Amino acid sequence: MSNNLRFKTSKFIDETYRVSFKFNNKTYFGFKGDTLASALLANGIHLVGRSFKYHRPRGIMTSGSEEPNAIIQLHDNSSRTEPNVRATEVEIYEGLVASSQNCWPSVNFDIGGINNLLSPILPAGFYYKTFMWPASFWEKYEYFIRKSAGLGKSPKVADPDIYEHKYIHCDVLVIGAGISGIMAAKMAAKNGFKTLLVDEKSYLGGSSIYDNSEFSKINNQITSSWLEKEINEISKLENLEIKIRTSVAAFHGYNFLLARENLTDHLPINQRENKVRQRLLKIRAKKVITATGSIERPLIFHNNDRPGIMLSSAIKRYIDLYGVACGENNILFTNNDTAYETAMSLIQRGIKINAIIDNREQIDSKISYEVEKNNIKIYKGYTVVDTYGYRRINKISIMKLSKDGQTVIGDKTKLNCDCLGVSGGWTPAVHLFTQSGGKLKFREEDQVFIPNVYPSDQISIGSCNGDFGLEEIIKNTLSSIKKFLDIDNSEYKTVETISGLNQSKRNIWLLPSDKSIGKTKSFVDYQNDATAKDIKLALREGFRSIEHVKRYTTTGMGTDQGKLGNMHALGIISETAGTKMGEHGTTTFRPPYTPLTFGTIVGRNVGEFFDIFRRTPIHDWHVANNAEFENVGQWKRAWYYPKDNENMHQAVQRESKAARDSAGILDASTLGKIDIQGTDASEFLNRVYTNAWSKLAIGKCRYGLMLNEDGMVYDDGVTTRLGENHYIMTTTTGGAANVLGKLEDYLQTEWPELDVYLSSVTDHFATISVCGPNSKKIVSKVVPDLDLSDEKFPHMSFKNSKIDNIKCRIMRISFTGEHSYEINIQANFGKSVWEKCMEAGKDFNITPYGTETMHLLRAEKGFIIVGQDTDATLTPIDLQMDWIVSKKKYDFIGKRSLYRSDTIREDRKQLVGLLTENPEEVLEEGAQIVADIKKSPIEMLGHVTSSYYSPNLKKSIALGVVKGGKNMLGQKLIIPMENKNINVTVADPVFLDKEGERLNAKL
Amino acid sequence: MFLINCPFCGEREQSEFKAGGEAHIVRPKQPTELSDDEWAEYLFMRKNIKGVQFERWNHVHGCRKWFNMVRDTSNDQIKAVYKMGEKPPVK
Repeated sequence: MSNNLRFKTSKFIDETYRVSFKFNNKTYFGFKGDTLASALLANGIHLVGRSFKYHRPRGIMTSGSEEPNAIIQLHDNSSRTEPNVRATEVEIYEGLVASSQNCWPSVNFDIGGINNLLSPILPAGFYYKTFMWPASFWEKYEYFIRKSAGLGKSPKVADPDIYEHKYIHCDVLVIGAGISGIMAAKMAAKNGFKTLLVDEKSYLGGSSIYDNSEFSKINNQITSSWLEKEINEISKLENLEIKIRTSVAAFHGYNFLLARENLTDHLPINQRENKVRQRLLKIRAKKVITATGSIERPLIFHNNDRPGIMLSSAIKRYIDLYGVACGENNILFTNNDTAYETAMSLIQRGIKINAIIDNREQIDSKISYEVEKNNIKIYKGYTVVDTYGYRRINKISIMKLSKDGQTVIGDKTKLNCDCLGVSGGWTPAVHLFTQSGGKLKFREEDQVFIPNVYPSDQISIGSCNGDFGLEEIIKNTLSSIKKFLDIDNSEYKTVETISGLNQSKRNIWLLPSDKSIGKTKSFVDYQNDATAKDIKLALREGFRSIEHVKRYTTTGMGTDQGKLGNMHALGIISETAGTKMGEHGTTTFRPPYTPLTFGTIVGRNVGEFFDIFRRTPIHDWHVANNAEFENVGQWKRAWYYPKDNENMHQAVQRESKAARDSAGILDASTLGKIDIQGTDASEFLNRVYTNAWSKLAIGKCRYGLMLNEDGMVYDDGVTTRLGENHYIMTTTTGGAANVLGKLEDYLQTEWPELDVYLSSVTDHFATISVCGPNSKKIVSKVVPDLDLSDEKFPHMSFKNSKIDNIKCRIMRISFTGEHSYEINIQANFGKSVWEKCMEAGKDFNITPYGTETMHLLRAEKGFIIVGQDTDATLTPIDLQMDWIVSKKKYDFIGKRSLYRSDTIREDRKQLVGLLTENPEEVLEEGAQIVADIKKSPIEMLGHVTSSYYSPNLKKSIALGVVKGGKNMLGQKLIIPMENKNINVTVADPVFLDKEGERLNAKL
Repeated sequence: MFLINCPFCGEREQSEFKAGGEAHIVRPKQPTELSDDEWAEYLFMRKNIKGVQFERWNHVHGCRKWFNMVRDTSNDQIKAVYKMGEKPPVK
């Protein structure tokens, strides 16, 4: 480690606070305030990773979130390890452990580096072209390709950290706390706007906060001093909230933005416990001011990717902000004045600059004269044609550019260096603006895309709006914010600026070399190893759209989304294709701007909070009695109750038999319940159900079938008339919300003249169904006051009653075909009434049964389950339920569709019963049904929808849909399975008690 | 994510709403009088416009009311919201 790399003159570094960290198993030291990148550079380390495709050594290139190369694996434990972290964004803390990615066995010696030598045979589209044939080999290729692809390692166990989401509503959101962002926030907050200012860095002020140059002054003060006073002032403002370490990830329509706030990542590990690590801010802003600044462009030349080649602005930031010199023998390579600012920062600290290579023939700015005065050789009109040094740059060669900039002329000169700062001008960071739907325009003078049409109440200011000079930035910020916020007082009197920079630039997208393009590696996308050569190849092969070139060459498809090189890719495409830059547009910038952790995205919605689930009031009893649960919609329903060592089949057989032999009890609380009231309630039911409702007497129940307007079965359930204008409708468990929505839709939009009101009361009642030959004896014990005689309380009727003085509704309805009662009681009494029923049924072997047994029992009776036996392609006629479709009613939902040419076809799939030749053989639900297996291709007639072994019938039963099945009674069909063909006979879907005697059996 | 001005509740997040397809399609009063083609026209045919479109929306996680919206599908700008049965305030 060479000590003279650190100049302890920065106020951003706390040199009294030494921090130790590990990189690639070696311990280093940095200071509080360092990023991992600045601390590594201070230790003389440039080489931090290997590139994705060629495994070329790569170093730290930038100082911010645009970093393409220095992406590392953070943490070494299996739960917190995080891949693809940008070393330039990680603030160091005591105990930090990081390592290089994409290299084996080590970053210094990487086996994969062989790809670099093989690169002539690894052009763009190599994988597409090579592994296409033969198609059947793909599975074999895939294994090896997947093994060698991908960056970093994902954690193996659950993330132990805490994340959360937070909503923020503000009048004005300012994104970016550079000089224009600070000014905008002050103007907004001081004029009464509730303002939020966010910045991704750990400090405010952007790049101006370390601008100590005599060449940029505001009101005769050094820029950084002026800005510090401004920051000091705004930090005291009451209606301004400032969030640092907060990166806006997405800018959606209607000024809805997502931002990630980093709360603990910079703290020593032992100070993070029980603290929220990251917070996803969901921001809804009335007005948005985007001040995201700009990103310095690299230059595209042969071998422009070696460790030690960095953006010139990054070199300046490292020395000014962190007090770190990136090299001891520096060369700057530029096409504009930015590099001269870097040069001045280095000169001030006495750091050696060997030369400046400038593409421009003429340079006319105060700052360049000042640099020249310091005896620094400037090569005007020159370009770098090659670089040398494997793990770190050690030499460059330069040549003179031709007049048109397309070729190089003259002799080659070699210059030594250990760090090369490049500057290709600036690219406005318009990513968020375009995410919001904004349209860009291309500015020819300096070849940049800038905001043009705003889709919402927002504005872009500062260099993200294409203002690069200090004077322009301040002047335009003041005037546009005044207009944007419609304020009289700008809070700034006069702001005078001095800048020694000139905005001249000589833009050449692809710098020429003395080698032919085929022999060069001029990287455009550093992370994905896409070169200028690849882009040209794509164009030669016929790709024209920028989106296609992007995908073919993978330019801009890395985790950095090509923040550095996308503009060059566009430039090279338009130059090669001979088109204008603005015509191509840009590739789509997609959220997130920088990668988000999964933890941030899901927030607190992990584990049992991952999804909502609903429990019935009797849930705890089911748990206590060993129930297995099944998810039905959002509900947790008891599935079956295994006893001793029973498996599911054994439990269901026992439960099913008990329900028919003596008594069963089911928690039916999940059934949807809709309370329907109003003078037109009967008429309403007439219109929504297929059968007639006007004549249903008070106190009676009726089964109803509901269709979609296309005639297909939508839902079913029993509805009870509680009073003259009062009904309670039950729906399927899963369909409850949709049925209510559909009914509301018709009421509000088609039939607003009807006097009907709907309320969901699903959660208000617990529903307990007691069935079986002994159900009457049990219910009479639970509700002793009620006369249960068939005369007073026949099947399909309802009574109000009381249990222990609590009002309840009792319906005598049945989904099993057994004599049964449904007790509906206020939900919070559900469990105690259930327990009462269990107690009352003790002598009758009352058996709790779950959804599986319920399904089996109803299948014995041929009752359909909407959604299992139906799939939105079946009409009631297809289900052989013609009896429920009223012929007399003029209209109901779906009626007209029942005689469309398609719905009256005889060969539609129709519901039938299926009996297997071998009564012990149980069919698989979903199995295909065919008639002729010799025919090729075999015609599929339908499929099995429900299948069980019935312990009551002592044989296998099934329901299925079969083309023209209605007329196939007794016919033999085949269910072809993997190893055998199963013979079945089409049967009546009602397998048990066709006459319904069990319902009214004298008990 | 849209900010939708429910005509009954005021501005709310889009996540509280459900889109309900094209607006101003009236269910025929006498479906039995219609030919298969006429009924199919009502049942199946919907416009999918790039530009200004009239839509039904339901404040499903709010007041449960249905209402109409005029939206430009090319840029998602909501031009107007109005109650069921009302005439569109913009063309």
